[in-house]
Amino acid sequence: MAALLVPSLLTSCSLDDKSGLGWFFGVILQLSEGMWASLVLFVLTLLFSMPLGLLVCFARRSRFKVVELIAKFYISIMRGTPLMLQLLVVYFGPYFVFKVALSTEYRFYAAIIGFALNYAAYFAEIYRSGIEAVPKGQYEAAHVLGYTKAQTFMKIVFPQMVRHILPPVTNEVITLVKDTSLAFAIAFVEMFTLAKQISATESTIMPLFVAGLFYYIFNLVVSYAMGLLEKKMNYYS
Amino acid sequence: MKLLEINNIKKSFDDLEVLKDISISVEEGEVVSILGPSGSGKSTLLRCATLLETMDAGTMKYCGEDAVTEVNGRSVYASKQDLKRIINYFGLVFQNFNLFPHYTVLKNVIDAPIHTQKREKGEVEEEAKALLEQMGIGDKLDYYPCQLSGGQQQRVAIARALAMNPKILFFDEPTSALDPELTGEILKVLRDLASKRMTMVIVTHEIDFARGVSDRVIFMDEGYIVEQGRPEDVIDNPKNDRVRAFLNKLSQ
Ligand SMILES: Nc1ncnc2c1ncn2[C@@H]1O[C@H](COP(=O)(O)OP(=O)(O)OP(=O)(O)O)[C@@H](O)[C@H]1O
Ligand SMILES: [Mg+2]
Repeated sequence: MAALLVPSLLTSCSLDDKSGLGWFFGVILQLSEGMWASLVLFVLTLLFSMPLGLLVCFARRSRFKVVELIAKFYISIMRGTPLMLQLLVVYFGPYFVFKVALSTEYRFYAAIIGFALNYAAYFAEIYRSGIEAVPKGQYEAAHVLGYTKAQTFMKIVFPQMVRHILPPVTNEVITLVKDTSLAFAIAFVEMFTLAKQISATESTIMPLFVAGLFYYIFNLVVSYAMGLLEKKMNYYS
Repeated sequence: MKLLEINNIKKSFDDLEVLKDISISVEEGEVVSILGPSGSGKSTLLRCATLLETMDAGTMKYCGEDAVTEVNGRSVYASKQDLKRIINYFGLVFQNFNLFPHYTVLKNVIDAPIHTQKREKGEVEEEAKALLEQMGIGDKLDYYPCQLSGGQQQRVAIARALAMNPKILFFDEPTSALDPELTGEILKVLRDLASKRMTMVIVTHEIDFARGVSDRVIFMDEGYIVEQGRPEDVIDNPKNDRVRAFLNKLSQ
């Protein structure tokens, strides 16, 4: 699966002349495989962690004490331990616990699972603050107008929550762009892993600069997109 | 016909007994004002009547249907299904409007009739536009609540409640959150509704308004009804000392 998503680009590019334009683009081409992997990791993490975060948030707000406690514990572990450690646990866990042989493909899944689980915890807390910012009067008005609990959430609370949470979500998304580089811990070949490798074999720091530039531009785009979204959600207030 | 009948309602918050023993019934077409000092339990009474709070003891009927009965001195609520039907008999207008900020004026008014009463959209929209026109905000259909004055927002809130076609409408201090120069426009809307024989229960501190519009005035103090009757009796010739003291203080 990982192999399918990562287009194999030129690896047999001439790297002899370290000053020429050809060499420069050669490095970029080599890195582009990593860029693609980072991008995929980023998109899939958001795709899974955002809905999962909502589930965790519901659990955290459950009126059943046990469910609430489990959610609280989950959030505190995910936020209280290093993401890199969590990635290692997700990746090596199956091997140590079930003695399952680790496939290279599992690296990709492990990265997605690790990131999604971790970011879900952060998103859950952001959603919770967003829900709690909706005044009690909104629920009361909805109740008197006969809305069911589900309708109240979908039509009244959720849209207002989304508006409240956009700024902290933007922060989280920007952090995620940079955090994707942590996947090197489980030897998942993303942008940063590649940059380091090329930098070492070619003994030049240039690939690392290119990597930095990549994250920076990526985040410029993210900030711009989130800014547009925020503006769009500001139709009332 | 009695639209609302509440008997011997009691309500406490932890150790604080807020409603001690209150019975009240409202006839169709009647306008009832509730007066009383701060903390006397007026809002709590309205919130129990509109199912926003659960009462501890006592019974409640809307249009002859049991919403709350009593078993062994404790209130027992009707089934969820029954309450869902009963909730359509009444409407509530809040002190601070509680409009939905992400909906336009028109959507605020039509959304509930369409989605909770499952009525036909075109018909609801026609009715809503007529209501908003009648409230003097027919030109603000596409505005968001934040773009309106407090008085206009409260008129939208009243239209929203009326669009549900309630049999009885409750108001909890509908003018208290408004600047003094805006209270007049809301009181005028209420007078119009009264003249159309809309059944209303209004908690208010506007004594002159209450005198002018009400068929009956109820005075609450410390969780009891201490006096009730025609406005000219309760407001102009109160028998109870506390009512007299309260009214004196207000008129100073
Ligand atoms: N949810 C609650 N939890 C605890 N105490 C409450 C709650 N709601 C109301 N009270 C208390 O109940 C008492 C009556 O409150 P209520 O709001 O019914 O008074 P009120 O007559 O409407 O007063 P006001 O004129 O100031 O609006 C007050 O002492 C209040 O602090
Ligand atoms: Mg009150």
